[in-house]
Amino acid sequence: MVTAYCFFHRSLVVELGFRVSHAALDPARCSAELVDAHCGGLVTFEGWVRDHNEGRRVLKLEYEVYEPLAIKEGEQVLTEAKRRFGVQHVFGIHRAGVLEIGECAVWVGVSSAHRAEAFDACRYIIDEIKQRLPIWKKEYYHGGDSGWVNCERCAHPHAHA
Amino acid sequence: MKHLQVEYFALFRERVGQAGEQVSSDAANPQELFTELQTRHAGLESLLNMKVAVNDELADWATPLSDGDRVLFFPPVAGG
Repeated sequence: MVTAYCFFHRSLVVELGFRVSHAALDPARCSAELVDAHCGGLVTFEGWVRDHNEGRRVLKLEYEVYEPLAIKEGEQVLTEAKRRFGVQHVFGIHRAGVLEIGECAVWVGVSSAHRAEAFDACRYIIDEIKQRLPIWKKEYYHGGDSGWVNCERCAHPHAHA
Repeated sequence: MKHLQVEYFALFRERVGQAGEQVSSDAANPQELFTELQTRHAGLESLLNMKVAVNDELADWATPLSDGDRVLFFPPVAGG
């Protein structure tokens, strides 16, 4: 019975891929998707909404996601991680919309036979997600103003040259 | 003259004041197109690490544009 359950899960994981969610994430449910009898461990990363950034008090965040390309690029990152580190299962999900302090904004999980490659793959996935996916973060500050992270104060006359 | 669908995201959308527009242009590539659009939209600044996608594929700024292309301008990303 246990074996059958795990095989069922493995086929589910393959189809999970990378996702974008407009509803609250459920880390326990995400972890459950990566369960496999062949795996000796699971490494996960949860990105949370923090109440401060660069000296400003943050009240809430808004994530804008261009979903067609975020999903395509997210799938690509997951595929790269599997190939590069030889891990069994990978899964990633990112929130879109308005998030309050403490909410989970991104979840990444990697299950594998041994821990070392799971840690490396998890780190690779979250780093690449942050750099490559078309996702933008707007911070709303105490005091009423707001700003797009990584966009303010980076005007450049020949940025695309 | 090429007919292009241009779309702006996040900060770019706010600075331009619209999510997208139909543009007729002789721009050979996204770099020329962006420069041309800057003359129409005073708030459309070049930003370090901004990106462009053509027809839902991340593209080089020198990629040749064709009639009917959808050109997406992405300000610097900040996922996670």
